[in-house]
Amino acid sequence: MIADDPPFQKSFNISGGDFVNAGEVASKVKKILQGLGISNKVIRRATIAIYEAEMNVVWYARQGTLTLSVTPEVLHIKVTDEGNGIEDVELAMQEGYSTATEEIREMGFGAGMGLPNIKKNSDEFYIASVVGQGTVLDITIRRQ
Amino acid sequence: MTLQEIKEILSAQVIVAPRDFQMNIKMGCGCDLMSDVLAFTKEESLLLTGLTNLQVVRTAEMANVIALVFVRGKEPDRETIALAMEKNIPVLLTDLPMYEACGRLYRRGLPGCSETEEGSCS
Repeated sequence: MIADDPPFQKSFNISGGDFVNAGEVASKVKKILQGLGISNKVIRRATIAIYEAEMNVVWYARQGTLTLSVTPEVLHIKVTDEGNGIEDVELAMQEGYSTATEEIREMGFGAGMGLPNIKKNSDEFYIASVVGQGTVLDITIRRQ
Repeated sequence: MTLQEIKEILSAQVIVAPRDFQMNIKMGCGCDLMSDVLAFTKEESLLLTGLTNLQVVRTAEMANVIALVFVRGKEPDRETIALAMEKNIPVLLTDLPMYEACGRLYRRGLPGCSETEEGSCS
């Protein structure tokens, strides 16, 4: 992408409870980013963050939307969901803290690494949540 | 170490064939927690795991895992194999338990993620 290109933007729906297709959005975004010529290191950070965020929506929300924006400088990813929300965001950001069910753990997740790992792969990360309503994640990853 | 050597060391069956058995594998990781794979592995690692569900293949796709080895003789279901084929991720199956599978590869010189530089496919 060259500097004069308009920013790329695309939104994806994520269905809560759909374990079979969980990961499809991250997979689609990965392909898009490869097509836009983003470096592999940046793509890996973005897809890991998006995959973790997508799994959180699948497990804890009724539905969600992920919007990817790509500018010449950054990738911006916003994930909003309608769902349980998070009671104590500070606690949820701690490595190892988890409210995962047995079903989630059987899939190899629920070790309390999801949100910390999203933050680790972001250059800027914001989270806001209202219990009983849902959660918003705002992720920025620099392309350089 | 090549995938062919890994197949021989682990007496593994090939579930999803690679494009090239001579592909070079620089490091390995043994893990059943996919969140930890996403958090700690480096690009182009070989992942040995006892989990055989769809999320293992998804995790491999997102973390740029170069190939999968299912341990303890646990066969993946058809959907998991189909997804690995679609994503071009080679899959081997060994009867060895996790510790022994990792131990054999390590003894023969395949280092772990913390000992190896990040893959250079940037």
